[in-house]
Amino acid sequence: MTAPDGRAVVEAREGDGAALRIHGAAIGDRIYSSAITFFALCVPLLLLAIAWEIGVAGWPTLHKFGFGFLTSSEWDPVKGEFGAAPAIYGTIVSSIIALVLATPLAIGVSLFLSELAPRWLRQPVGFLVDLLAAIPSVVYGLWGIFVLLPVLRDPVMPFLRDTLHLGKTGLFTGPAYGPSMLAAGIILAIMVLPYIASVSREVLLAVPRSQREAALALGATRWEAIWGAVLPYARSGIVGGVILGLGRALGETMAVTMLIGNRPEIAASLFAPGYTMASLLANEFSEASSDAHLSALMAVAFVLFVITLIVNAIARWLVWQVSRNSSGKTA
Amino acid sequence: MNLRILLAIPLAAAVACGGDKKAGGADSSAATAQSTSSGADLTGAGATFPYPIYSKWFADFAAETGVKINYQSIGSGGGIRQLVEGTVDFGASDAPMTDAELAKAKGPILHFPTVLGAVVVTYNLPGVTKPLKLNGDVIAQIFAGKITKWSDSRIASLNPGVKLPAKDILVVHRSDGSGTTYIFSDYLSAVSPAWAAAPGKGKELSWPVGIGAKGNEGVAGQVKQTEGAIGYTELAYAKQNHLATAAIANQAGEYVEPSIESATAAAAGITSKLPPNTDFRISIVNAPGAGAYPISSFTWLLIPKTIPNAKKHKQLTDFLRWYLTKGEASAATLDYAPLPQPIISTLTARIDSISAGTAK
Repeated sequence: MTAPDGRAVVEAREGDGAALRIHGAAIGDRIYSSAITFFALCVPLLLLAIAWEIGVAGWPTLHKFGFGFLTSSEWDPVKGEFGAAPAIYGTIVSSIIALVLATPLAIGVSLFLSELAPRWLRQPVGFLVDLLAAIPSVVYGLWGIFVLLPVLRDPVMPFLRDTLHLGKTGLFTGPAYGPSMLAAGIILAIMVLPYIASVSREVLLAVPRSQREAALALGATRWEAIWGAVLPYARSGIVGGVILGLGRALGETMAVTMLIGNRPEIAASLFAPGYTMASLLANEFSEASSDAHLSALMAVAFVLFVITLIVNAIARWLVWQVSRNSSGKTA
Repeated sequence: MNLRILLAIPLAAAVACGGDKKAGGADSSAATAQSTSSGADLTGAGATFPYPIYSKWFADFAAETGVKINYQSIGSGGGIRQLVEGTVDFGASDAPMTDAELAKAKGPILHFPTVLGAVVVTYNLPGVTKPLKLNGDVIAQIFAGKITKWSDSRIASLNPGVKLPAKDILVVHRSDGSGTTYIFSDYLSAVSPAWAAAPGKGKELSWPVGIGAKGNEGVAGQVKQTEGAIGYTELAYAKQNHLATAAIANQAGEYVEPSIESATAAAAGITSKLPPNTDFRISIVNAPGAGAYPISSFTWLLIPKTIPNAKKHKQLTDFLRWYLTKGEASAATLDYAPLPQPIISTLTARIDSISAGTAK
């Protein structure tokens, strides 16, 4: 008598037993729902506990340096001077480079897989793209050191700077040593690409067939159908995928540490080495022993936490905006 | 989320090393049939630089005595923190504890030097075949960005007859906090007043110029890939990877190439000048004495002076005696420089001062 619907069983019975049953089921329900509620609350509580812990540990630094902690470029553990501006700048710039490079590529891949590729090619190519997400970060870092950096150093960087004359823009100037903001951005682009691509692909596949057929029936070319009917329909989902990639890029640690050059300095040129908050923590946390230094690192962690939170909030808002607009259009 | 990664690495290392020891000490613990089944007898945490030799010592010690020591190479800073908090039986560090750190500990802590490390200056100059000669002042100026070209007269005057290219110098330093950086900057601070003023000495510095690379392998990789680069790594790493290393002028003005012998010579050179009651919290950079390599340093075990648990007291002091006799003999096999004999004698005598008394 283990029917999933308890009431059906109860009604089939008579007398006191039935009343007891009802009582029992209610208690079971209550235990069940409170247990579920507890589990559900655990996650946000954990988030709050982490924020509290990091915030308290970082408070002495935030209190001492105040707003200057966010704007100063001085990071000197020996003197006890801490400013996180270069790391904040580097985190944001490397993530932007990653998204600028990865987003068109990822949308291209997912469009190809969902709209153009022959059926037999879809599965293996899709699988290989997803596989990129399974490679450990440190492997990306090593690949970056031994393959990406030499290639950047020799043909790519001089080509950008001298042959294309992009050096004049200020973004691609200076000596081409290899480890740089550009190298970090490129490795991040490769790392976030599978996230954006696989979300976009799923979203594109979910676009109703009628959407395409309607466009084609109106005389649109294949390209016009994709551009005019499929992509707008899938826009909010694709933006969601990009945001997922951004989240990954902001927090990525090991590969970036190995390629960014770890120099706490804000430089306009993407050829110059930089720093990110995540790599600063990875580099210095294990050997930091003075209270001031530890507190400064915790403050960096707190800032990273807050920035990630803000970015995610903006992302939510963006997805909401886009989906509201597109649903308004289609309705 | 980053902390999770930070924690995962030492944990993985600890798990791996725990596995090693189980394999190493399995037969002996079965033979002695001691109560060693319940995990490690002693736990320690700290420096990563001496980890290869420590893990060999602990395995050998477990094979001989059945006493298992679990060592987690989480970094010197972490080792000191854990010792101060009392979560481990001993710590290990590449830099001596500061007075402030000692004051935070529950009781007095003794420094036991174990082996010597040396830091080499490595470079990438394809045309230069003989070891480049450098002195402390020139190295400090290169790493401070005051000498920017290899053809600079200050480098050329130390290397008559060597054809130096007019290339830009790329400085490569460690980005991660490291005892190697501590020793290197300790040396530069000792030989250059300008360096001592800024950036000074520490495990992480505010470097005036250059690129930061993670770990010895990161620095060596960057130097190998970039013509005109200069960096520093620890001796064992440089030896095993056949890096080009500079001969460095010591206090007597003699150019010494880095080696196990020249690092031990540096310790020997300073021993005669030590007061008899030294706490061994001493720097041996720029040591006097013939053949002394100037960028050398001790690495230390940090032992509480009072160990409440009588059994642990015996096991730990047994280990200290063991490493000072048998352990030192095997140090060179893993490219660590052993302590000179006079220091071993002083340290052996000091083991008796560790008391098993109850904690006050």
